[in-house]
Amino acid sequence: MDLLGLYNYWIVILLMMMGFYVVIASGHLVKKLIGLNLFQASVFILYISMGTVEGGAAPILRSGVGVFSNPLPHVLILTAIVVGVATTALGLALVVRIKEAYGSAEEEDIHRQDDSL
Amino acid sequence: MIREHLPVLQVVLPLVAAPLCLLLMRSVWAWLLAFIVSLAALVISIVLLREVYAGEVLSYAIGGWAAPWGIEYRVDAVNAFILIIVTAISVVALMFAKTSVAQEVAGDKQGLFYTAWLLCLTGLLGIAVTGDAFNLFVFLEISSLSSYVLIGLGQDRRALTASFQYLVMGTIGATFILIGIGLLYMVTGTLNMMDLAARLAVLGDSRTVQTALAFLTVGIGLKLALFPLHLWLPNAYTYAPSAVTVFLAATATKVAVYMLLRFLFQVFDASFTFGAMPLGGFLAVLAAVGILSTSTVSIFQDNIKRMLAYSSVAQVGYMVLGISLVSSAGLTAALLHLFNHALMKGTLFLALGCVAYRLGSVRLGAIAGLGQRMPWTMAAFLVGALSLIGIPLTAGFVSKWYLILAAVERGWWPLVVVVIAGSLLAIIYVWRVVEMAYLRPPPEKLSVTEAPLSLLVPTWLLAGANVYFGVDTQFSVGMARQAAALLTGSSG
Repeated sequence: MDLLGLYNYWIVILLMMMGFYVVIASGHLVKKLIGLNLFQASVFILYISMGTVEGGAAPILRSGVGVFSNPLPHVLILTAIVVGVATTALGLALVVRIKEAYGSAEEEDIHRQDDSL
Repeated sequence: MIREHLPVLQVVLPLVAAPLCLLLMRSVWAWLLAFIVSLAALVISIVLLREVYAGEVLSYAIGGWAAPWGIEYRVDAVNAFILIIVTAISVVALMFAKTSVAQEVAGDKQGLFYTAWLLCLTGLLGIAVTGDAFNLFVFLEISSLSSYVLIGLGQDRRALTASFQYLVMGTIGATFILIGIGLLYMVTGTLNMMDLAARLAVLGDSRTVQTALAFLTVGIGLKLALFPLHLWLPNAYTYAPSAVTVFLAATATKVAVYMLLRFLFQVFDASFTFGAMPLGGFLAVLAAVGILSTSTVSIFQDNIKRMLAYSSVAQVGYMVLGISLVSSAGLTAALLHLFNHALMKGTLFLALGCVAYRLGSVRLGAIAGLGQRMPWTMAAFLVGALSLIGIPLTAGFVSKWYLILAAVERGWWPLVVVVIAGSLLAIIYVWRVVEMAYLRPPPEKLSVTEAPLSLLVPTWLLAGANVYFGVDTQFSVGMARQAAALLTGSSG
């Protein structure tokens, strides 16, 4: 079995685990959001690479080209990117409000003031 | 003419009304619009239910693009049942919201509040009605993002951290679902659920399909608050505004249960999910541990809202338990409990909202002697609590009875013990509230009066429904049975 032949999946898995680790391990809320972004970005790559057809051209209709890549996953992931942007925006807005309320965006400081998180 | 467009109107109506709400910044008008739209959605879902009641399936092609290519909206007995629950709860919770939100949310934010509410309703209805897997993900995110906003509008600053925590876990869950859908697309090349089911049946088992199932189950499990993925739920429910807690507790997890059912029984074949993959036993163990552990944690809560939030995780356990039995009786019980739990938790959180309105606190210590001072509120709480325990003549009894029957039918006796033990634990935590409210004298200087009628009417509406559906089970059991038959039939 060719382990490196599917290198795009290795990139996806690596990015995903990096993002996941940042979400879990870092104490700063903004860093958590960045980790979350990385996590989502890995899925975008999963979708985009899935649409690739070997030897296929970009999906624009023109004469002389018979094999195209599948454009549908690309379109789908455009929607998912928008969702990701909205999530990040909302998350950052929440961090701003948390910083106003607690004077800190560090998980430990918030814990010390309220044991809720 | 308009009749054939009802499935899509159900979703489009609140979606279009949401920005309108934003323009009507004056809070009363925004509320009125949200209320009217919810009412219209309820009427539509009743009409849809009547059409599919006889077992018919309505299919609607968005923009006229035929099914496997375009997005299909599909209404059958299963999601018509869910639509009724979501819209009815939205109407009742909005009746309550007018007075409650006026007190709990700042005046200039109320227009935004109702905008987020309508978007959340759009998302929840969309998840229920769509027949397209990717469309489901989009609606899931619409409902999730707006529910983070709604939770973050709570008075306590801990509402913000609760909302952030939910955002992180919810996004991970939704991304898992996205991965699952992507993997399914990879092997089948389609996103339409019916088409997926047909092609997966031909393709059979493969590592990709197994992975897709795993990602989807974990992702939906996060949104569902299935033990041990429930950590976001207690804080979110505790610190959200009262009306939001009612709305989310009675609808959001229910819609997640619906997603689970659709994927496990229809997209994947039940013989694959529960035969080739050992998901049945897995879910049963998680549900059983969840019921016992979170019910026990409930007993030690000082904040009543938090206590009921933990109890919600346990109730989700009952539904998953019904699913894990993989029989038509088990599914009937799960769907029935889904309906009844919306009623009972709705009633309990509404009654607590009345308490919060008058006292400004829902701590156990604050409600001493409240049975005398707010008799109607506490009586409604009592009705909800009896239903939660599962006393005969309340809705809760009916679904637990069916659940026990389903477990006995499969001969899974330990599960019967779990259900009964869960009910006994519920008696303990509910008793703490009842004792405090009825058997302790009220403090001398406490001068609270009964909650205003605008809060009591919706509360008693749901409390009444608890008793009504405990006695006349024709609608709820009939619907649940038909939906279960549909789910098992297509998989058999």
